[in-house]
Amino acid sequence: MKNFSGQALFLDRSDINTDEIIPAKYLTENTKNALKPHILEDLHLDGFNVAEDIIGRNIIVTRSNFGCGSSREHAVWVFEVNDINVVIAESFARIFRQNMFNCGMLAIELPKEDIDTIFALGTDGTIKIDMEQNLITAESGRGNSLSITFTMNEFDRELVKAGGWLAYADSKY
Amino acid sequence: MGKTIAEKIFAAHLRDTPSPTNVVLDIDVVLCHEITTPIAINDLVSHNMDTVFDPDKIKAVIDHVTPAKDSKTATQGKILRDWARRHNIKDFFDIGSNGVCHALFPEKGFIRPGYTVIMGDSHTCTHGAFGAFAAGVGTTDLEVGIHKGVCSFREPHTMKVTITGKLPDGVYAKDVILKIIRQISVNGATDMIMEFSGPVVDRMSMESRMTLCNMAIEAGGTSGICMPDRVTAEYLWPFIQDSHLSIDEAVEDFKKWHSDPDADYAEELHIDVSDLKPQITYGYKPDEVKDVTEMEGSPVDQVYIGSCTNGRIEDLREAARILLNRKIAPTVRGVLSPATPAIYSKAMEEGIIKIFMDAGFCVTNPTCGACLGMSNGVLAEGEVCASTTNRNFNGRMGKGGMVHLMSPLSAAAAAVAGHITDPGKYI
Repeated sequence: MKNFSGQALFLDRSDINTDEIIPAKYLTENTKNALKPHILEDLHLDGFNVAEDIIGRNIIVTRSNFGCGSSREHAVWVFEVNDINVVIAESFARIFRQNMFNCGMLAIELPKEDIDTIFALGTDGTIKIDMEQNLITAESGRGNSLSITFTMNEFDRELVKAGGWLAYADSKY
Repeated sequence: MGKTIAEKIFAAHLRDTPSPTNVVLDIDVVLCHEITTPIAINDLVSHNMDTVFDPDKIKAVIDHVTPAKDSKTATQGKILRDWARRHNIKDFFDIGSNGVCHALFPEKGFIRPGYTVIMGDSHTCTHGAFGAFAAGVGTTDLEVGIHKGVCSFREPHTMKVTITGKLPDGVYAKDVILKIIRQISVNGATDMIMEFSGPVVDRMSMESRMTLCNMAIEAGGTSGICMPDRVTAEYLWPFIQDSHLSIDEAVEDFKKWHSDPDADYAEELHIDVSDLKPQITYGYKPDEVKDVTEMEGSPVDQVYIGSCTNGRIEDLREAARILLNRKIAPTVRGVLSPATPAIYSKAMEEGIIKIFMDAGFCVTNPTCGACLGMSNGVLAEGEVCASTTNRNFNGRMGKGGMVHLMSPLSAAAAAVAGHITDPGKYI
């Protein structure tokens, strides 16, 4: 399985769409790595500077309906090639969520209160995901810590364990 | 308890139930284009899995950037073309016969009531207009679809959208779907199939139903879907006459897919369209919608008529109603992109292309092009486009550009006026 721990990048807005994650003009690339420098290129948030803010971040924490819009799996790959394998959100657009699990990555949905709690921890903390215990452990840079349980669909869990849908489907169908 | 049309289609295609809430379905048609398929092909090749489950159930088109604009898009086309040839995929559409996928594939009769359809394109929900379950998927789902002919979904929940009343003159399916998205928001139908029914849908042409279903994804919907009826049977007749005795018999046969009266819906929405006014998006999300009259006078630099939403013949006819014997404003660039060669050809026969050209429009070949800012009408920073497409995301038609989504009639009115205006003034 991929790495599911690290520091969080907080994106404090709902409805962040796939065009903001990776603009369509880069869809002419035929390798995932070529997408790497263009992550979140068209996302405009107050005080957000993607080049600086992305450094050392492995998990995205965000609001509702993340990944809406296009079906482009490039929006998942651009995270993957930047070593971001987890997105924690209040909710996801269906295709984006499926694309995450299909690539053996984690799209975790939490209630708004839990997302607020993680946001309150601040940007210096570390988040760990324990898939066996369904537990998110977050530690702030100031020593505060918290644990939040999450639910995960059993099929999605199997996809993550298999490393994605291609490997799963090839072994089963 | 009765079943919805989606539940009936799922039951008829069930391959596996990998968890109590997930299903794996057999897929009837896997549609492919040159943007999302080449990476799937390369990945299959790299895994020594370069086979297709059934070449007759795979349809492919080069549509997003065609003719190729640079070496990268030429390579994407070549990967798809070479792959189609080596796997004997006969239904492959290249320059001369290619058009926007969600207009072209229905026109060829590939989509039938009760089918399961996937494509690596979010607007695949368009094909639900034929009473099919049609979902946009990512490249990995597409890859497994090509290789194994299956795809996974969560069990189907349906939002029933009942549309009643009578559409006023100058108000269209595009205005109806924008109004619905305005009402339920960009995630109002997430993880749900939007089932469109009621007397207004019953009276709609297949083209209008496709416009309606096309934008289900903009409300988060998995698929749009309409009950297959006489309109569906008449549209499909050239393709189904060998398998059905008559149109009447096809209409009867299609009823097996209809939702039962006692089917269970996750949500229900009722909308009366008798007083509906032309709708327009004002922001960067498809649910940021107003009445066109609320934006009266707002200037536009470009008007784009085309795409899988509104590039079909009836869309061109409606826009031509306004453009006939008129010129577009000198400050406006008008771009028409008929969605398929057949539509282009029909529009030539009907004199519509000439009306557009006389008005001052540029007519491009069928392609997705400007809709997603890839070619044929990309906006410069600060420019505004009145567009018949489906997405107004920030940067969608070009970095720093603003897109206002509207009907073809409203777009034609904006072209003539040079600014957003009530199309009712011109009809």
